[in-house]
Amino acid sequence: MVLSTFQIILLFLVAAVAGMGSVLDSFQTHRPLVACTLVGLVLGDITTGIILGGTLELIALGWMNIGAAQSPDSALASIISAMLVIIGNQPIATGIAIALPVAAAGQVLTVIARTITVMFQHAADKYAESGNFRAIDFCHIGALVIQALRVSIPVLLIALFVSPAGVQNLLALIPAFITTGLKVASGFIVVVGYAMVINMMGAKYLLPFFFLGFVIAGFTTFNLVAFGVLGLFCSIVYVQLNPKFQMNQTAVADISSASNSIDDELDN
Amino acid sequence: MDIKKSLTKGDLINMFIRTNFQQASFNFERIHALGFCFNMIPAIKRLYSLPEDQTSALKRHLSFFNVTPACVGPVLGVTAAMEEAKANGAQIEESAINSIKIGMMGPFCGVGDPIFWGTLRPITAALGASIALTGSVLGPILFFTLFNLARLAALWLGLFYGYKKGLDLVLNELKGNKLQKITEGASILGFFVMGALVSKWTVINVPVVISQIASPDGSIITTTLQNIFDQLMPGLLGLGLTLLVCKLLKMRISPIMLIFMLFAVGIIGSALGILA
Repeated sequence: MVLSTFQIILLFLVAAVAGMGSVLDSFQTHRPLVACTLVGLVLGDITTGIILGGTLELIALGWMNIGAAQSPDSALASIISAMLVIIGNQPIATGIAIALPVAAAGQVLTVIARTITVMFQHAADKYAESGNFRAIDFCHIGALVIQALRVSIPVLLIALFVSPAGVQNLLALIPAFITTGLKVASGFIVVVGYAMVINMMGAKYLLPFFFLGFVIAGFTTFNLVAFGVLGLFCSIVYVQLNPKFQMNQTAVADISSASNSIDDELDN
Repeated sequence: MDIKKSLTKGDLINMFIRTNFQQASFNFERIHALGFCFNMIPAIKRLYSLPEDQTSALKRHLSFFNVTPACVGPVLGVTAAMEEAKANGAQIEESAINSIKIGMMGPFCGVGDPIFWGTLRPITAALGASIALTGSVLGPILFFTLFNLARLAALWLGLFYGYKKGLDLVLNELKGNKLQKITEGASILGFFVMGALVSKWTVINVPVVISQIASPDGSIITTTLQNIFDQLMPGLLGLGLTLLVCKLLKMRISPIMLIFMLFAVGIIGSALGILA
């Protein structure tokens, strides 16, 4: 397929939205599930976009920014891999192989962008001296534009020069044993994400619940909703029975009225 | 006597909208400093009319700040309530406002990271992705809607409640164990679902043939290493790999490095026929 000017403009905008989502980490437009779907919509093959998005989302499940530490960049990775897969008519597995190196490159770009924005911080300091509210707002939002361009400029360059034949020729250069290997690896690369979540949670004494979930999943065909509900019950029962919380609650019950203590229990 | 200055509902709504852009100017020097100031601007405009008061308030809120973006609401609310009291003549030192802000940063990161990044996002994303793999647009929509509803509710309720309760919230409510209960409960839910995901969605197959036995009816029963692992416990290899990666991450090996290492394992393993 050949991209129309309109599609190139839309890709630029989608990339900008994903880039902003990546730094804001609020609306989640930088997550593969959302970004790949939007690229699919623009390129007229939304189904491929959704499936690729779901596949990459599982790999990126635990990628998160904690404090000042940066995760691999899902925004750039999602958009570029979705573009190349759809334009070059490639299988989903190829999309994974494209996404991961791009995520590493995007991580470098985001670190650069977040260093550049120190300048906006300093400019805001100056405007604070003169009490210039509008200029401070402008600094804050201006920094967001840098983050949008961080993703949309590389995407624009690729959109301008990419051709289906070019993508296919380029990907044909990758030997078959590598693509098979990448496909095999994508089955277990998800554990990096799981491990990041487990390490971040910290509370080691709660690990039995992790193994409980693991064992139940191994021997049943429950879906995720069932696990969500079971997990919720576990946490409610644990918090209700935990002596650590119990002691405080009786102390509260002593001073407050009976009806209040019932409220407290319902709140749990 | 002056008329008591207070924030209007419009100011709070303006601040709520601004909290969605908390991290726009994320930088490695002071992280969310400018973001917090940006959020406070409607309050500063309302509460202080003298230019020098405005300037000192702006500078006060350009100091280092960092919190899980979805949890900025309560911190912003309490800070706005303190500024309001100060603007109405209460004896509140500048350093008191700053130390309350810094003091709330830790607890709300401690609550926000496990709840939003450890539990809510992985669970809603996994749910959305499992639907998306069938090609249904419901997957991305479900993820986007569920996550954002929870996030917006936390921002608005946090801001509103923080502002209304003001210092009470810091001095009394947070001393109780409500936050700890919520964090602990969310962590359990997160761990539980993560355990299920490790079992269900990690695909490792070791097709090394251990034995081939001809059964009485003539067909040949092949037993691979994978069959034996599955008999012991389905997903055992995935579990082992997850725990190994946890250890490696704690040794400060970066996630992207680990991903490339696992890629190498996949390529070498499949070339040798150990992995499929």
